[in-house]
Amino acid sequence: MLVSLKWLSQYVDISGLEPEELAEKITRSGIEVEAVNHLSKGLKKLQIGQIKEATPHPDSDHLNICQVDFGEEELAQIVCGAPNVAVGQKIVAVRPNGYVGGKKIKKGKLRGTVSMGMICSLQELGIDGKVVPKAYADGIYVVSDDVPVGADAIEVLGLDDVVLELGLTPNRADAMSMLGVAYEVAAILDQEIKLPDTTHATTAEKAADVMSVSVEDTTLNPMYAAKVVKNVKVAESPLWLQQYLMVSGIRPLNNIVDITNYILLEYGQPLHAFDYDQLATGEIVVRLAKEGEAITTLDEKERTLKATNLVITNGKKPVAVAGVMGGFDSEVTDATTTVVIESAYFDGLSVRYTSKDLGLRSEASARFEKGIDPNRVLPAAERAAQLMAELAGGDVLEGTVTVDELDKEPARVVVSPDFINNRLGMKISLNEMVSILKRLRFDVEPANGLLIIDAPTRRQDIKIEEDIVEEIARLYGYDEIPTTLPVAETVPGRLNRNQQVRRTIRHQLEEAGLYQALTYSLTSDALAQKYALETAPTTRLLMPMSEERSTLRQSVLPHLIESLVYNTSRQADAVALYEIGSVFLGQTAEGLPLEREHVALAMTGKWVENAWQGEHKQVDFFVLKGALEALFAKLNVAERITYVAAKVDGMHPGRTADILLDGERIGFLGQLHPQEQKNLGVKDTFAAEFNLAQVLAAEIAPLQYVAVPRFPSISRDIALVVERATTAASLEAIITAAGGKLLKAVHVFDVYEGEHMEAGKKSIAFSLTYFDPERTLTDEDVTAAHDNVVAALQEQGATLR
Amino acid sequence: MQEQLAQLKAEVLEKIAAAQDLKQLNDVRVAYLGKKGPITDLLKGMGKLPQEERPKMGALVNETRAHVQDVLDARKVELEAAALDAQLASETIDVTLPGRTVKVGNHHPLTRIIEEIEDLFIGMGYSVEEGPEVEKDYYNFEALNLPKGHPARDMQDTFYISEEILMRTHTSPVQARTMEKAQGKPIRIICPGKVFRRDNDDATHSHQFNQIEGLVVGEDIAMSDLKGTLDLFAKKMFGEDREIRLRPSYFPFTEPSVEMDISCFKCGGEGCNVCKGTGWIEILGAGMVHPNVLEMAGYDPKKVTGFAFGMGPERIAMLKYGVDDIRHFYTNDVRFLEQFHRAED
Repeated sequence: MLVSLKWLSQYVDISGLEPEELAEKITRSGIEVEAVNHLSKGLKKLQIGQIKEATPHPDSDHLNICQVDFGEEELAQIVCGAPNVAVGQKIVAVRPNGYVGGKKIKKGKLRGTVSMGMICSLQELGIDGKVVPKAYADGIYVVSDDVPVGADAIEVLGLDDVVLELGLTPNRADAMSMLGVAYEVAAILDQEIKLPDTTHATTAEKAADVMSVSVEDTTLNPMYAAKVVKNVKVAESPLWLQQYLMVSGIRPLNNIVDITNYILLEYGQPLHAFDYDQLATGEIVVRLAKEGEAITTLDEKERTLKATNLVITNGKKPVAVAGVMGGFDSEVTDATTTVVIESAYFDGLSVRYTSKDLGLRSEASARFEKGIDPNRVLPAAERAAQLMAELAGGDVLEGTVTVDELDKEPARVVVSPDFINNRLGMKISLNEMVSILKRLRFDVEPANGLLIIDAPTRRQDIKIEEDIVEEIARLYGYDEIPTTLPVAETVPGRLNRNQQVRRTIRHQLEEAGLYQALTYSLTSDALAQKYALETAPTTRLLMPMSEERSTLRQSVLPHLIESLVYNTSRQADAVALYEIGSVFLGQTAEGLPLEREHVALAMTGKWVENAWQGEHKQVDFFVLKGALEALFAKLNVAERITYVAAKVDGMHPGRTADILLDGERIGFLGQLHPQEQKNLGVKDTFAAEFNLAQVLAAEIAPLQYVAVPRFPSISRDIALVVERATTAASLEAIITAAGGKLLKAVHVFDVYEGEHMEAGKKSIAFSLTYFDPERTLTDEDVTAAHDNVVAALQEQGATLR
Repeated sequence: MQEQLAQLKAEVLEKIAAAQDLKQLNDVRVAYLGKKGPITDLLKGMGKLPQEERPKMGALVNETRAHVQDVLDARKVELEAAALDAQLASETIDVTLPGRTVKVGNHHPLTRIIEEIEDLFIGMGYSVEEGPEVEKDYYNFEALNLPKGHPARDMQDTFYISEEILMRTHTSPVQARTMEKAQGKPIRIICPGKVFRRDNDDATHSHQFNQIEGLVVGEDIAMSDLKGTLDLFAKKMFGEDREIRLRPSYFPFTEPSVEMDISCFKCGGEGCNVCKGTGWIEILGAGMVHPNVLEMAGYDPKKVTGFAFGMGPERIAMLKYGVDDIRHFYTNDVRFLEQFHRAED
């Protein structure tokens, strides 16, 4: 809502307050003032002049050399390029060394001809092009003849005004009108309010003599009031009216339409003006549309209606979409002489749905949706009639044709001062509360320690005790509320296991050199299931804004890899990212997709790098695996995790492993398929994803101390030659099985495949640690155990090297 | 024999002096003082001397031998010191060369902010509650006093999945679910999580972002408790000398509703580019839980009251760290992420 302070001051005294001060007060008491616009900012030395001569510029096909009278001894020569410039016009010009749009205009030459300033369009004066009257949209502005030459144009055009831009929340529909804002300001400043006088003369002829109104559904349209004004002369509105509309964001059209818009802004009551003759039947029937019924609206678009849309008809066909927009056929034109003024109350929800159905929002629908004041329907109609008589020379027919089943009773709220004080944690006196409510023009009656309050009907948001609490608080001042802390039983706050584990994972993976990434849950259909550990029906948005963000992901990796590529394509020579995020699978009994938390890792590029020591190592499978092993160790499941060679779509078939927990697949790790890498334009890239829920579900034994060894252990190494395909894990299994209880640890310390090996073979060496917690081992004990191991390995086809 | 001894002494002293390293010195020791050395030979040859000369000669040999040993020991200390000096010299490194890189990643800046806020409220006895990103219309809107067709639904343009299922537009549904589960018991929670709005991604909008909401429900919870809690939060999060102010606002799920500003942490309230010259920065929305919301969750709003607040970690991170484009949080440029490595007080 844009509020002209000049206009506002017609209803409430705001003199003596700087606009910024007023804005601050309004903001602090409930309605945010988002901007304070001084319309004259950047404007200086603007004068009304009259064009006495205009001759085409000899060296231009569009410039005119104008001689302009500013009431001075000599005419001033101004070169003007506007297409609508003409002799006799009274125009706005900036004089030499004046300013428009903050830019200084100097005496200058245009194509060699001296120009003493510039003739201005409204846009140049800071008026938004969207609201400039059509006649002046593409040229200079022309003021009416009665304006004296030499007058200060800033005053004439009402640009010596300040406009407040209010950011209204949906509850404060009352402030979508100048009067509503005036009531608010009057309450804040404790000032009187002055309402417009709507008295006007009427003819002997009665409105009811020339027309009738009927409403089929008084739930959706509980009140309809129509007035008739004859003999109007449709013309341009007076400048003040045009100016108020323009600064409020509405384009002036003609006096009749401008008056309806003016009252929409003044009262917050949307009005519509029909051309009585085009209406043809002298009849208004409000009903639901027939399914598929058509109407061409004011914007000259044909609209197809649904059976739930409320329409105004002339008894035969729709002439307006109720509360949303008028029809083109019955609109007021220059030829109109008799006008029907519609002032009605339409159900907010119905208007909201209709406006949504038609994709058509208007100043009117915005007000009906949020709820208008039932007690302004009639005064607004009266005010319109008055202005049409005054500004368009119309004759107002006596009376108003109405259908009226509207409840206009104020909402009653009964609340105790204690309730208010308890909610606020304050001690405001009863008198203070009464005084605040009176400033708000609420009817308040203290009785038996209670406040009996009738809220004015313009405040449709006041319904319950808590609403009164807010009214008191906001005008008393939130600064006055003391600061306390909730008094309650002390309970220790803490993270649950899931939340703690998530933090552990973050710290562990970061220690391993990975950065935490955050990516989007929404992805494309094509990527939704790529790398998914498990696929289920996908979840898609009803109306996605783009295909790229249309479907919920079933794996984290595609977006994480996207982030990795983003980095490598920007010269990053090492990227290591992880993400903990949800994936969305199928549907649960509740109707929602199953949300499961996954952990994903993606790494590429240099890993160990110590340039001057000549050490370089790229990320490989085992760097990634090491990071995972350390993580699983931290989560205390390392010993229950196994890795098995696996094939995963999009991954390197020889460098990918499933991750198993207690034998069950929880995820995978590996290198991206070389073809995939080529498509992405990345070098060797390694990625993993696993299901965190499965890890969290694993039973973890509590941490328990194990005695620190008191006796030494003994190590023995074995070097084996085996088939190339033989896995370390399978050999380790043989060793562990054969080693007996003395064997405490086995680890690979060397693997060799190459020219010194027989084709298809490899060498692999293990270090075995023997230990007895009860005593110092003898050589004989170890040899006995170790011989078993060697025998078992040989039995399985390994040869000692 | 005496002469022979004197000559020997002179000879060995000269060789000791000439020894340039410990090996040479040791060779001298072995050659002269060893079991097969000339001094030992002299002692062995004493048997040929007359009986009366033996003690005197013996003493003389021993004295010489002891003297030579002393000189040798002294020289050894000298040479050892020189050897150590040489070793140290050869071992000298350029200490200005860079150390071996330890690769360490770090939290995403939003996680950093979220964890900080979580910890702060955990310290005040709150627990952390979470809920699904895909929600029912009921929990996201209806249970929060936003029935279908409510004009305030426009404030949160929504990604719908079906008529009844949507991407949550705030983390408030977690509050609704938690209240429903609590079955009338008091609550103190904060709810961080991802939320979604129908917005085109640009420098200040993101279709996915984070929220942290807080909720306290119990007997006698007043607006002053909300103000006190927010004041504490502002001071812990943004500095002890921060002030807060509440401005009236509107949320369908709270009544009264407020927005909280804090005094600008950059200029302290003087006015600067961060606070756009106002001295104040809008940080969060809050209010007293609307009685309809309490009632729908099974509380008796006559007996139980509550307050709620909600804020955006993206906004806080942008203000706190001066980040100028919200998209940075989701592109995961390492040059951006790695800037949030250092610890902060």
